[in-house]
Amino acid sequence: MDEQIYQRQSVLADPGRARTQFWEGFAKGLPIMIASAPFGLLFGALAVDNGFTVFQAVLMSAAIFGGASQMVGIELFGHNVPAWLIVFSIFAVNFRHVLYSAAVGRRICHFKPLQSALSYFLLTDPQYAETEKRAESGKPVTFIWYLGVATPIYVMWVTEAWIGGLFGNLISDPHALGIDMLLPIYFLGLVMGFRKRDNWAAIVTASAVVSIIAYKTIGSPWHVSIGALAGILMAVIVAKPEKAKERS
Amino acid sequence: MSSITWIIIAGAVLTFLTRIGGHLVLSRFERIHPRVEVALNAVPAAVLTTLVAPAAAEADWRGLIALAFAGLVALRFNALTMFLAGGAVIILLRQFS
Repeated sequence: MDEQIYQRQSVLADPGRARTQFWEGFAKGLPIMIASAPFGLLFGALAVDNGFTVFQAVLMSAAIFGGASQMVGIELFGHNVPAWLIVFSIFAVNFRHVLYSAAVGRRICHFKPLQSALSYFLLTDPQYAETEKRAESGKPVTFIWYLGVATPIYVMWVTEAWIGGLFGNLISDPHALGIDMLLPIYFLGLVMGFRKRDNWAAIVTASAVVSIIAYKTIGSPWHVSIGALAGILMAVIVAKPEKAKERS
Repeated sequence: MSSITWIIIAGAVLTFLTRIGGHLVLSRFERIHPRVEVALNAVPAAVLTTLVAPAAAEADWRGLIALAFAGLVALRFNALTMFLAGGAVIILLRQFS
């Protein structure tokens, strides 16, 4: 089995395989595209609801291409938060990509510089997961395969912002449709997704309590940075350094 | 250009830096300090919680039920199912009660 894998890697550059590899990637991208569709549409609708034009909603999806950070951006914009803090929050939510980037670097180090730059631009959570899975299975991670995964996700993500934005203009009673609760529910889902991580409960409790106190006393938008800092501090305090060392 | 457009451009540049920067910066180090790694790992949950908790504190009982139900669904099902379930609960409660 192992020998076969090495043989397959040696025919990496065969151009006849490029088409197959693209569609192999495409097949991996398709379910991700479907799962992210409601969020892409929701983003477009909420962006318009929070004062964006349809063009700005599409631009944000095309340029940032990171669902959670885009949601954070429009949520904070609706709260009249200073611009620099919105930008910083987008950065903070996307900061996890630093880790993906460091980890995926060894998988795609054979890409040409421009291919590499484009690949990092397209490095979302599911793209990272699929690339790691592909590399672990022993199949070659080629640029054309990587593009195959990213293409359906990216194209639909941008299109959904446009469709959602057009639809958002039609929503007359956001309260009755529970629009104000959809983002908190969405973010709760993301928080729950990290529950297997070390000391998750302690981090979430610290962030929750401190952000609520900060929200009621100092007020929005500072509850975001203060609450987040409390959670991170909690993580550093309760972490067992020996355990972390063993893993790294 | 409006402030929204500037926010989008600056956010996009910084996002790209996080996506390429980890490779450029972290690959130069042999390893990350364990405490830094612990802090980095805590970032997503810590940031995202601050977007849920105050909204929950301000929410009406319908919102709280929707959040609690969605949280329970998340224990067993994926994020999309959880989102649709929570969304369905809030819409139904706001329509009929």
